[in-house]
Amino acid sequence: MALRVLAFARLRELLGFGERELDVASGASLDEVWQTLTAAVPDAARMRASTRFARNGVLVDGAARVADGDEIALLPPVGGG
Amino acid sequence: MIVLGPDPIDIAAVAAAVGDPAHGAICTFVGTTRETSNGDERAVSALDYEAYTELALADFAAIAAEANARFGPLKIAIAHRTGHVALGEASVAVAVGAPHRGAAFDACEYAIDALKARAPIWKRETYRDGATAWIANAAP
Repeated sequence: MALRVLAFARLRELLGFGERELDVASGASLDEVWQTLTAAVPDAARMRASTRFARNGVLVDGAARVADGDEIALLPPVGGG
Repeated sequence: MIVLGPDPIDIAAVAAAVGDPAHGAICTFVGTTRETSNGDERAVSALDYEAYTELALADFAAIAAEANARFGPLKIAIAHRTGHVALGEASVAVAVGAPHRGAAFDACEYAIDALKARAPIWKRETYRDGATAWIANAAP
């Protein structure tokens, strides 16, 4: 099952991509997607509590399940204005 | 008017977008980039903004609708820069037109506070020594 994952700002820099494809098991939760992406990047993994998830442009929590073709965005603390 | 992009903000155009013969007030807020950030005395040499455009535009529209529901009837315009913004330039502008000034002030403050709290936009400061940092807004 393929996802398109977007990472922004500090998470983009730490994870080394702004956008990538990711294959995950069918029915995976966003928390599991996060763990897959950050397993080898401790500085990113530590940002979990302050990171929000969006699925197809809508904010969702980590328990939400992903589906094939979803666009997942990883949103660190915002700084607009 | 909702704008999110790299071009300089035309503040007069943002204010003009909320004009209405039924209104007696236009309140504008313009946020400009600053040489030193909160709690950090290093001088900033450059600022760059990054946005999740799809969600940020949806947020701007939602914030405008919320402001109208709370303080309306009113017209509201929101503009935010992306990419490089020179020091002292406008990075954000909000304008509200309303029948009376009280609603215009209140809605303008509501909109900029909501934008800073939740819109998916990020700011990176570059300092004179070459270091960089992503600056998160204070919790409301």
